[in-house]
Amino acid sequence: MSVLVYTENTDGSFKKSVYEVVSYAKAIADSSNTSLVAISIGNVDQSALASLGNYGASQVLNVSNDQLKQFVNQAYASVIAAAANQMAAEVVVISNSFSGKGLAPRVAAKLEAGLADGVVELPHIEGSKMTLKKTAFSGKAFAIAELTSAKKVIALNPNSFELRETGGTAEVVAFHPDIPSGDFTAVVQDIVRTTDKVTLPDAEIVVSAGRGLKGPENWGIIEELADALGAATACSKPVSDAGWRPHSEHVGQTGIAVSPNLYIAIGISGAIQHLAGVSASKTIVVINKDPEAPFFKVADYGIVGDAFDVVPKLTAAIKAYKGL
Amino acid sequence: MKILVCISNVPDTTSKITFTNDGTTFNTSGIQYIINPYDEIALSKAIGLGESGQGTVTVINVGEANTEASIRKALATGADEAVRINAAPRDAWFVAHQIAEYAKDKEFDLILTGRESIDYNGSQVAAFVGELLGIPSVSTAKKIEIANHTATIEREIEGGKEVLSIPLPIIAGTAEGVAEPRIPNMRGIMSARTKPLNVVEPIDVPVLSNVTHYETPEPRGTVTLVDAGDVEKLVDLLHNKARVI
Repeated sequence: MSVLVYTENTDGSFKKSVYEVVSYAKAIADSSNTSLVAISIGNVDQSALASLGNYGASQVLNVSNDQLKQFVNQAYASVIAAAANQMAAEVVVISNSFSGKGLAPRVAAKLEAGLADGVVELPHIEGSKMTLKKTAFSGKAFAIAELTSAKKVIALNPNSFELRETGGTAEVVAFHPDIPSGDFTAVVQDIVRTTDKVTLPDAEIVVSAGRGLKGPENWGIIEELADALGAATACSKPVSDAGWRPHSEHVGQTGIAVSPNLYIAIGISGAIQHLAGVSASKTIVVINKDPEAPFFKVADYGIVGDAFDVVPKLTAAIKAYKGL
Repeated sequence: MKILVCISNVPDTTSKITFTNDGTTFNTSGIQYIINPYDEIALSKAIGLGESGQGTVTVINVGEANTEASIRKALATGADEAVRINAAPRDAWFVAHQIAEYAKDKEFDLILTGRESIDYNGSQVAAFVGELLGIPSVSTAKKIEIANHTATIEREIEGGKEVLSIPLPIIAGTAEGVAEPRIPNMRGIMSARTKPLNVVEPIDVPVLSNVTHYETPEPRGTVTLVDAGDVEKLVDLLHNKARVI
């Protein structure tokens, strides 16, 4: 018996969300008195693989071959299911990333496992039953779900669990599962990264702006504040609908739901659909010239003022505080 | 080309979400239902492909009779025919089995659905159906083009996009950018009344999970307002009180 965690790499290295899922899976392994095995697919160097030990993995199955250099969800799902079977894993933990969302259901179906996704907390374990809290209604509520199947797949939301260093080491072993040839019909032609900065779903701080900015030409002050904070930038739906910013920055009910430590909303009135996507943020700051903006009702801190006046001052104050 | 579009019936995006019976039951009182906005994108894309001479569009929904308003709207928007699997959509695993059961012997070239539903946010159906039918699946597609029986798809990834080329048949979950949502016109609404809407009974699916109850997020305390001329005070609060910077 064991717990298996899939450690997704980004161009060969691990991001913080990977250490989150490893820490989370380790906590489940500990409460089940079993060990944690990690599986890595693609070309990741040995020191990065070994670093998974520091977060609780005792063994790392390393699947490295040219066919699997790029993510193909069918083949990756076959590999993870094969590893789960070989290690007799009863629980498989996957990050609820864009790739993870395409992967977790396929792994669950192969294992005939119940799947809980968008999970935000450790499970409550009672015999073979697991109870998990997951996001529902686009952040307007949480659903408490029971997994009653023998095997279970959990997809953990980014920024939902803290990193826990154990100081341990992991043994890295090569793993060569059989993969059906039919798993490789999808071919990755190109990967385009539009930002080398922190990405929105993973960001600990998000600086978001709305129509109050008046036009795309005014986003410089937003980017400067985000740079000073090491934050990702985001926007409201009207802004992406108007083409001022890409859809990938749209936060809200029909966009991306985020759960950063700090969400700064600038010139966003706070429509219910937008609030749904940010309600899991730990601290919310609202800057708006309209004191009646609904966003102030769900904010922790607020400044009533003109964005074009307040934001540059705030950027300067952040830089001064950080000694930049 | 035969296209299947999977739609779900969800509370309107402006709905206030509340629960009754100690949080075990979603309170449907006063709730307006709509086609899931992401499914509407899938539907619009499929209709666009159909109009350009590339095929017929079938809409499938797993739901009880009260979802037929949404199904008729899909027909009014331009789908050719519809199927309703007569069951409450228990979870994505159940819904995916019903869709796969319906689709398995009908040789659809392309199956589209929204990247997630805005009620349960699972993003599970596309990949489940893909696995059950043994065909490739793409979650969170931002752009889809079909030529020579091959799909070229841009998929969202953290901080960018990935471009995939996949021979049909496939299933994809659509996000914003795939197509502009269409609105039914009067002719569409009239013709929708006579388009076929078949009702099919569900198959049994083993229960692997169930939702026991719901919780709503903790309300935040009252906002602490900081004077616009004193941004240093905000920095101080974020550092010393909230401890987030």
